[in-house]
Amino acid sequence: MTALAVKALSKSFGGLRVTTNVNLAVAPGERRLVIGPNGAGKTTLFNLITGELAPDSGSVLLFDREITHLPSRNRAHLGVARTYQIITLFARDTILRNVTLALLGLSPLRWNPVIALDRQRHFLAAARAALERVGLGHIADRPLAETSYGEKRRVEIAMALAQNPKVLLLDEPFAGLSIDERSDVRKLLVAIPRDVTIVMIEHDMDTALELADRITLMHFGEVIVEGTRAEVVADPRTREVYLGE
Amino acid sequence: MIGGTKIAGVVAILALAAAPYAIKEIYYVNIASQILLYAIFALGLSVLVGYAGLVSLGHAGLFGVAAYAAAYLLAAGYGHAVAVLAALAIALLATAAFAALSLRATGISFIMITLALGEILWGLAYRWISVTNGDNGINVATRPEPFGLPLVSARGFYGATLVVFLLAVAATAIFVRSPFGAAVCGTRDQPRRMTALGYHVWMIRFWTFMFSGLLTSVAGILFVYYNQFISPQALALAASAEGLLMVISGGAGTLLGPVVGAALVVVVKNVVSGYIERWNFMLGAIFVAIVVFMPEGLVPGAVRLARAAWRGISRARTEARAPFAEPKP
Repeated sequence: MTALAVKALSKSFGGLRVTTNVNLAVAPGERRLVIGPNGAGKTTLFNLITGELAPDSGSVLLFDREITHLPSRNRAHLGVARTYQIITLFARDTILRNVTLALLGLSPLRWNPVIALDRQRHFLAAARAALERVGLGHIADRPLAETSYGEKRRVEIAMALAQNPKVLLLDEPFAGLSIDERSDVRKLLVAIPRDVTIVMIEHDMDTALELADRITLMHFGEVIVEGTRAEVVADPRTREVYLGE
Repeated sequence: MIGGTKIAGVVAILALAAAPYAIKEIYYVNIASQILLYAIFALGLSVLVGYAGLVSLGHAGLFGVAAYAAAYLLAAGYGHAVAVLAALAIALLATAAFAALSLRATGISFIMITLALGEILWGLAYRWISVTNGDNGINVATRPEPFGLPLVSARGFYGATLVVFLLAVAATAIFVRSPFGAAVCGTRDQPRRMTALGYHVWMIRFWTFMFSGLLTSVAGILFVYYNQFISPQALALAASAEGLLMVISGGAGTLLGPVVGAALVVVVKNVVSGYIERWNFMLGAIFVAIVVFMPEGLVPGAVRLARAAWRGISRARTEARAPFAEPKP
């Protein structure tokens, strides 16, 4: 059984082939790192997996269930959560409200137009707990606009984790962080239990390599190399892609 | 703070209830009724514009559908209860069609679709003469007498409008504080993220549009009873734009803003126009001033100024209490 499988997936934007016959099989609990130069099609692959983009051909499977044509929102309900490379948060709200919206997204309560959200104690408690997990509990009530970039990155992760996902897609969780912030986020990711399968896009090799069980190297929309850390690092094609030998 | 808000609310309601007895002239009682019914219209539009981030330029069309449906049924001899309920049902059906067509897009395209739909309804009001009586409009002979209370007098009508207005404000307040209301704001700010979080963004917008349409229809029915007449003018683009001006000048996405905006527009249109012939110029000048000095609207702007003033006062106080105070070792 695979937690997440991608089979012969292809996607073109006009004449530009951004995903070419990509195959991926991620085991339950695995930590998979997806690397590749800018424009390799990594984020597009994430968008195809979450359903924000529809593939031209191929299929996406979640725990052997075909989800290729399922709307994006339904995939969230099946346990797919993601973070964004470009921070995509609710800028007018507090940190707590951001995480509350993440929790609410999977609850039937989200359709309720008559009760007061601020009085749903168990909900707010769960949102606070999710923030404690990423070390932001002390500033939960702060407006998002008054938080640092590093804190926003952690809010992104807190929102994904709050949904108790089965498969977590992290799009460059270390992008733009200082050395201290990186180490905080690294600790946070290491602490995620193994019942969550993680696929992570990352450029920062020093931080990301040690988190990964297996690595997939993409280039121009294709998977070039896949294997364990040592295999991919040692592969001559990796050097070719990154150093242009 | 919460106690303060509650007390202010009760005082405001009492003031509104007492207003028609304090005002001697019937003319001004009627102006007050107009403000309340337009405030309901503006509240409905504000739900869509302020909370869902969807700017509609066709809401006068929905307002008109409710008004025409009620007028048509009353003229055909149906009772008030039947006419009002059927008008609401017809207007909600029209809203659903409006929403289904316009929610294919957001932003500018959404505005253009609602504008086009509003114009279609306006055209129908003009040309579908067998139903709407064309340019001559439809007269409504009587006002209802709910629970034996006649609404023929200006004060009676004001009282009924006030009750409906308070219900509309309460419904909107509950709506925006609910989980669904939070989701609506989410779809305004980050629709993509909302989808990824598991929300049905289209459906959320659709039901918000329906709620907006309900308030708009209620205002339309009050309008037809107030004037006891409806003509295509009520559906014109200018009426939609006026509604939007009420929302934006008062402050979109606030409860009080659309009410203040409605009061501003109605007063300038009816009262100031008695003194200044070019009252449109006056209205324009006021809006320019609002956009320049309080681009967020009168209510949020006033709150911002009051906070700044309060901060200034408290700072002056601390400084006055301890002039040139230096920390002692």
